[in-house]
Amino acid sequence: MDAFTTHTGTGVPLRRSNVDTDQIIPAEYLKRVTKSGFEDGLFAAWRKDETFVLNDPTYAAGSVLVAGPDFGTGSSREHAVWALMNYGFRVVISSRFADIFLGNSGKAGLLTAQCSQDDVELLWKLLENEPGTPVVVDLVSRTITAGELVAAFEVDEYTRWRLLEGLDDISLTLRNEGDITAYEGTRPAWKPVTI
Amino acid sequence: MGSDVADHGGGGATNRFVEVLVVGRTLAEKVWDAHVVRRGEGEPDLLYIDLHLLHEVTSPQAFDGLRLAGRPVRRPDLTLATEDHNVPTTPGPITDPISLTQVQTLRRNCEEFGIKLYPMGDAEQGIVHVVGPQLGLTQPGMTVVCGDSHTSTHGAFGALAFGIGTSEVEHVLATQTLPLKPFRTMAVTVEGDLPEGVTSKDIVLAVIARIGTGGGQGYVLEYRGSAIRALSMEGRMTVCNMSIEAGARAGMIAPDETTFEYLKGRDHAPQGADWDAAVASWRELRTDDDAEFDNEIVLDAASLTPFVTWGTNPGQGAPLGESVPDPSTMDDTERQSAERALEYMGLVAGTPLRRIAVNTVFVGSCTNGRIEDLRAAASVVRGRQVADGVRMLVVPGSARVRLQAEAEGLDAIFTEAGAEWRLPGCSMCLAMNPDKLAPGERSASTSNRNFEGRQGKGGRTHLVSPLVAAATAVRGTLASPSDLEPLATPVVDLATQEA
Repeated sequence: MDAFTTHTGTGVPLRRSNVDTDQIIPAEYLKRVTKSGFEDGLFAAWRKDETFVLNDPTYAAGSVLVAGPDFGTGSSREHAVWALMNYGFRVVISSRFADIFLGNSGKAGLLTAQCSQDDVELLWKLLENEPGTPVVVDLVSRTITAGELVAAFEVDEYTRWRLLEGLDDISLTLRNEGDITAYEGTRPAWKPVTI
Repeated sequence: MGSDVADHGGGGATNRFVEVLVVGRTLAEKVWDAHVVRRGEGEPDLLYIDLHLLHEVTSPQAFDGLRLAGRPVRRPDLTLATEDHNVPTTPGPITDPISLTQVQTLRRNCEEFGIKLYPMGDAEQGIVHVVGPQLGLTQPGMTVVCGDSHTSTHGAFGALAFGIGTSEVEHVLATQTLPLKPFRTMAVTVEGDLPEGVTSKDIVLAVIARIGTGGGQGYVLEYRGSAIRALSMEGRMTVCNMSIEAGARAGMIAPDETTFEYLKGRDHAPQGADWDAAVASWRELRTDDDAEFDNEIVLDAASLTPFVTWGTNPGQGAPLGESVPDPSTMDDTERQSAERALEYMGLVAGTPLRRIAVNTVFVGSCTNGRIEDLRAAASVVRGRQVADGVRMLVVPGSARVRLQAEAEGLDAIFTEAGAEWRLPGCSMCLAMNPDKLAPGERSASTSNRNFEGRQGKGGRTHLVSPLVAAATAVRGTLASPSDLEPLATPVVDLATQEA
């Protein structure tokens, strides 16, 4: 995984709450067996509407998505994270993320920056009034800077450390393989097996 | 878990651990603590996973990751795969080449890594969350994960069960553990007796409407109270299944005699002396009287009625007797979301929900595709006919459920009423297989999500219980069994007939 320290890119105002993962990437795109090439399915239904924000050339190359509360609800599909990243997004800003989406993002290297809904509203206004304004997301100082606006964001401390270091979760766990083996020795014999 | 430092004013992991020993623990905390492989300052807890379920959609990239890193599957004997999302529910092979590739990829991966797979056509095949419990693999006190958000279903047995993403699937395959931050705990207490015609589906839809799609975020919900204890295992699975629709990672119900009775004698349940040891340990799995939840809501079962959704998220629901709500009476965020939902759903505020006509009725899914659900739907359509212009699909959740239903004659009841009796799979719950809504079509569906396009592009979904689904099929508009004309000849009660 690539390390993440700071990112500067075009902000995209997505004025919707409850953006579920079925909207981020509809089920028909989930049949692929790779992690790449999902950009065509990102917000597929909404992109058919010519007024949808990503159809505006000013925002089309955006990399910082600013969305309403409860982003990423519903299905556990990590394809939603891959679709956002394949399209070019590196950061999603929202006042509240769904749990599974939050976990998936941290593993895959997409930064989920949680800030207050008031700051989201200010960002929306700024990005709509001055489209193309660059947004700077600094994971070291946990701040979002756009124009005159400086907003603090929250991110789980452990995820932040992993993103800053670009560390892979499985190797970290396997450093403690002895603990796993020791635990396995304590499991009751009647616990079920599948084979 | 649950005892967040911020919530309890503790000073770190060590204090928190001492604290939980002193004050009594919730069911979720007990299961969590029993699975901690490693707990370190500033790290998430590393939890051991007792059962890892796989299906074809969220696993291919995880196996690819293992191959790239040259890692084996640590515990194939704690892993089980089934084919469900892509499978057609009519006889014959998969015709969509991309679906076929995905299923073939799962078969190849399971063979290469030594994992047990129940493929299409196998006597044990079915929806992953129906298969685990019916085999007796899901047991109280276990940790169960799957790359599928409806893994919360297994919490009905007092297991800590939750959905994970593909990176986590790879992590569990490689290590049989997951690093996790503690969840908080919320008690959802439902006391009293459910009125006639009100089911577990109505309970959970009412809970979601009450706390919203984000209300459970970060929580494990523990369903408690006399109305929950009175539910069958099937009913409990329906409730826990939809915990994710309230934003919660998991739902749990303390195991009791109903749980033990369901498990006893199942293929993978402990036998003989092991059974006694297991039951003795399972009886400890209840929230201590002095344990504290981080949050609690209380519902009065007697006040519940059949519940249906009108919008495009599962929190946008109302009692069947009410009307489509008026967005102008809501606060800003909710209003925008409701306006958009009504536009998508083609509904006008103020329309009585009972006047909404549907084209399609779907009975099935990991929410309501079990034998009891099919019995409930059959009891309503028995001796009646599906309304003209309405298509009713009945899709058993597994091959075993299908055989059981056929042994009870339920298939004949459905087909005589004009419904279609299908092969097991996820079917019309999500548009990944041939069972889909066409644009503009409207369904009453026993599944779990009414998101835009969930059942097919432009499709409009009303989430309902099996009883409401069946009554709606007969009347052609959203209805409960009490809305139907009584039958001229009384029908013999199925349960009585069996006895």
